[in-house]
Amino acid sequence: MNSQLLSLAIWVPILGAVPVFWIGSERRTLVRWLSLAVAVAGFLVTLPLYSGFDVTQAGMQFVEQAPWITRFNVQYLLGVDGISMPFILLNSLVTVLVVLAGWEVIEDKQAQYMGAFLIMSGLMNGIFSALDGVLFYVFFEASLIPMYIIIGAWGGPNRVYAAFKFFLYTLLGSLLMLVALIWLFLESNGSFNILDWHQLRIGIAPQILIFIAFLVSFAVKVPMWPVHTWLPDAHVEAPTGGSVVLAAIALKLGAYGFVRFSLPIVPDASHQLAPFIIALSLIGVIYIGFVALVQTDMKKLIAYSSISHMGFVTLGFFIFNQIGVEGALVQMISHGFVSAAMFLCVGVMYDRMHSRMIADYGGVVNTMPKFAALFVFFAMANSGLPATSGFVGEFMVILGAIKFNFWVGFAAATTLILGAAYTLWMVKRVVFGEVANDHVAKLTDIGGRELLILGLLAVCVLAMGLYPFPFTEVMHASVDNLLKHVAVSKL
Amino acid sequence: MLNNFVVPDLYPAAPEIFLLLMSFLVLFVDLIFGATRRWMAAMLTVITLIGCAAITLVTSDGQTTLTFSNMFVDDLLSDFLKLMTYLAVIMMLIYSRQYMADRGLDKGEFYVLVLYATMGMMVMISAANFLTMYLGLELMSLSLYGLVAIDRDSTRGTEAAMKYFVLGALASGLLLYGMSMIYGATGTLEIGGVAQVLYEGQAERPVLVFGLVFLLAGVAFKLGLVPFHMWIPDVYHGAPTAVTMFIGSAPKLAAFAMALRLLVYALLGLAADWQKMLLIMAVLSIGLGNLAAIAQTNIKRMLAYSAISHMGYMVLGLMSGVVGGQVDAFTAVNAYSSSLYYTVAYVLMSLGAFGMVLLLSRAGYEAENLDDFKGLNKRSPWFAAMMLIIMFSMAGIPFFIGFFAKFAVLLAAIKAGYTAVAVVAVMFSLVGAFFYLRVVKLMYFDNPVDSAPITAGLDFRVLLSLNGLAVAAFGLFPDAVMMICTTTLTRSL
Repeated sequence: MNSQLLSLAIWVPILGAVPVFWIGSERRTLVRWLSLAVAVAGFLVTLPLYSGFDVTQAGMQFVEQAPWITRFNVQYLLGVDGISMPFILLNSLVTVLVVLAGWEVIEDKQAQYMGAFLIMSGLMNGIFSALDGVLFYVFFEASLIPMYIIIGAWGGPNRVYAAFKFFLYTLLGSLLMLVALIWLFLESNGSFNILDWHQLRIGIAPQILIFIAFLVSFAVKVPMWPVHTWLPDAHVEAPTGGSVVLAAIALKLGAYGFVRFSLPIVPDASHQLAPFIIALSLIGVIYIGFVALVQTDMKKLIAYSSISHMGFVTLGFFIFNQIGVEGALVQMISHGFVSAAMFLCVGVMYDRMHSRMIADYGGVVNTMPKFAALFVFFAMANSGLPATSGFVGEFMVILGAIKFNFWVGFAAATTLILGAAYTLWMVKRVVFGEVANDHVAKLTDIGGRELLILGLLAVCVLAMGLYPFPFTEVMHASVDNLLKHVAVSKL
Repeated sequence: MLNNFVVPDLYPAAPEIFLLLMSFLVLFVDLIFGATRRWMAAMLTVITLIGCAAITLVTSDGQTTLTFSNMFVDDLLSDFLKLMTYLAVIMMLIYSRQYMADRGLDKGEFYVLVLYATMGMMVMISAANFLTMYLGLELMSLSLYGLVAIDRDSTRGTEAAMKYFVLGALASGLLLYGMSMIYGATGTLEIGGVAQVLYEGQAERPVLVFGLVFLLAGVAFKLGLVPFHMWIPDVYHGAPTAVTMFIGSAPKLAAFAMALRLLVYALLGLAADWQKMLLIMAVLSIGLGNLAAIAQTNIKRMLAYSAISHMGYMVLGLMSGVVGGQVDAFTAVNAYSSSLYYTVAYVLMSLGAFGMVLLLSRAGYEAENLDDFKGLNKRSPWFAAMMLIIMFSMAGIPFFIGFFAKFAVLLAAIKAGYTAVAVVAVMFSLVGAFFYLRVVKLMYFDNPVDSAPITAGLDFRVLLSLNGLAVAAFGLFPDAVMMICTTTLTRSL
């Protein structure tokens, strides 16, 4: 079964970016429509991945294999399982939304802006589908370039600092991973195939070293406490589209790395160090939750809320039971929708007011009723209200955590209170109450384009909250397989 | 005596002989037409190099042939390195044409010196005897000293040339002294002969190691490894940019050949000793190069420190060929070919980076400060993208050739058990990423301070575009060049 679907998912957006660059920013209408066409095409080619997916099969599907660097036995090896496939769809969908969100707002160098996001989208599809260590690494690191440019060129006043911090932090982690990948290559007698590495027997000492190398890399990306400090800066300074892609997709790369690399390649080290990771995750959930509570900048608040939610994801992975891992994966997808929506909402307000400060707002519901309804809905989802997607993942992880250890579950459950507190308090101050000032009074409600973007996300959030089965169905077999694999010692 | 004289086989040295003859022609043409038709000398130089390339290609049979009483060797390695050298020099000539003409420096001497320097490199690449190596080295170095000072009214250029000359002469002295020690210990100057004596284990080790230290100092000077790197920033900074580009490209290939011929071909028996010395120099070069580059505001100096660190990475491969005193052909080829690949990749990137500096320079204006790159994306998105590719490639970010070069040497180093060194090396490349990123920041995030239109000839634009695209294309498809490097070394070692 040698389909070209994954290659299409990667290269359609990347090659599509070339004519976008070529047209140049002078012809804005053409650039926008072409970018949208490319993004939509990129999304359409990923749909058969879902429809043609065999849910009973745990292994890799849609596998593509070709030699790439014969000198080191590096292959162009792509494939997805139930864990990675949903993210490719999510990523491609978010790209469409991002293109729409930058439709009018971006006035400077719009062609480059759109092109950078398209390239970014293709590269991230590559990360989720690469089954070769070097190929994964190459996509993983190349995706830093467009994001660096996006933050630095279209960001806020402190964008240069944020862009450098983002790049160097992430690079720090991935360079150690490179050493680990090369070590695994030599240990496995010349294979970069990740699936081969899953079968490799490794002693406990090297396992721990490899685990740490991967941990540094993925923890920065997730980001886990205490290496999370780049994220608030990056989010605050990035343009709306950049924040959306960062929150919805880029953060998932780290968590995905844990499932694809750390857990199956070094299961013994993962078990041994699990208490450590669980502790870090809980600190992330609780402490960062409190940090979010005191933020005065909406984007920063959502950024901290993202860190807190991602703490749930790592927690779910390292309690090693089916419901926890699946819950974490659901949480990842849900967070993809919800955080994207939250950042888009802030973007909508920022476009009109050019302020992200909570104090500058108040009573937005009076002037923007349609927007306020959607914003409140997403805020509810962010705080984990039942019937929204945010609830499903969190609930599953808490269930899993209580199975693992009651007090871990108890600590994790505090997020339901904290999450509700910081999100709803922000909403209260921004949306409700009297109209705070003249600027708010002059606000105009969202137009058709914005309604389309937010409405689409609202449908996703609601659908996933009411009927999560289509999402859990595809990941079930793969997660089952992963846990069986992880349970077996490789010593 | 005379009746014992046998005419040596000139065939393997045909490119060198052709170049020598043509250099006379260039001199002659310059004498007659120099005042009126300067382009003739330039054209003739390029034709000469293309001719050399053709001869090298035609005479390349993949065999190792020794000639001139075993003083000169023609093997696949020499053919490959010479072809790369011609390519680098031709690119340099095209890049520098306008720059030199604007400053009235495109005199016949420039072309003749370039040709002689090239010839010196070719001799170094083909050296099979310590004396041949020294001869080639001196021919190259003396021509380069002259080139650095070619703008004789520039005090900075003269100063740089003086520094280069004094330090270079010192290094040559050290090298010769080391050679004499090894001669004393082994009784031969032939590279193959030295290796033979070492293999038989008859030579006195202390004398050999003593000689090795001096020999290595000479090699390190040419490569620009810490602590023999002092000349690099000053020379790169002081020389006219076109000459900097020359020094920063093709001679690295020759220096690589020199290191390989002296250390691996001749002194492999002492690998355990020189690997340790290289290890220290590599780590120091990577560290100092990357750290010092951060403090630079002049892009030529920044690229100079970056060159130091790049040569450090290159040496990582060179020192990983012999593991635990056991010479294993596969490991050796793997390690040395990674270094060769790194050198080739570096030369390509270096040419592109200096090409960008030349692009922004114009008559009466040297664009050598980092700030000259400000807002380049607004002035010329295309060339900003080219510089972006080259900078990220130098920083070792995929999908560009620089990443795969680093990947190959790291793999060799980890395979040889230098995992800790590899970790240090990647950590310093994180430091290095900072100043490459800064260039990108200047181009993309800042507003231009200089709004002069970019005026470069079509040849220049096409070449620079091809250069940038090659850095990207060889990163997307790294296999071919890697294979060529491996095959070359497999069949030449």
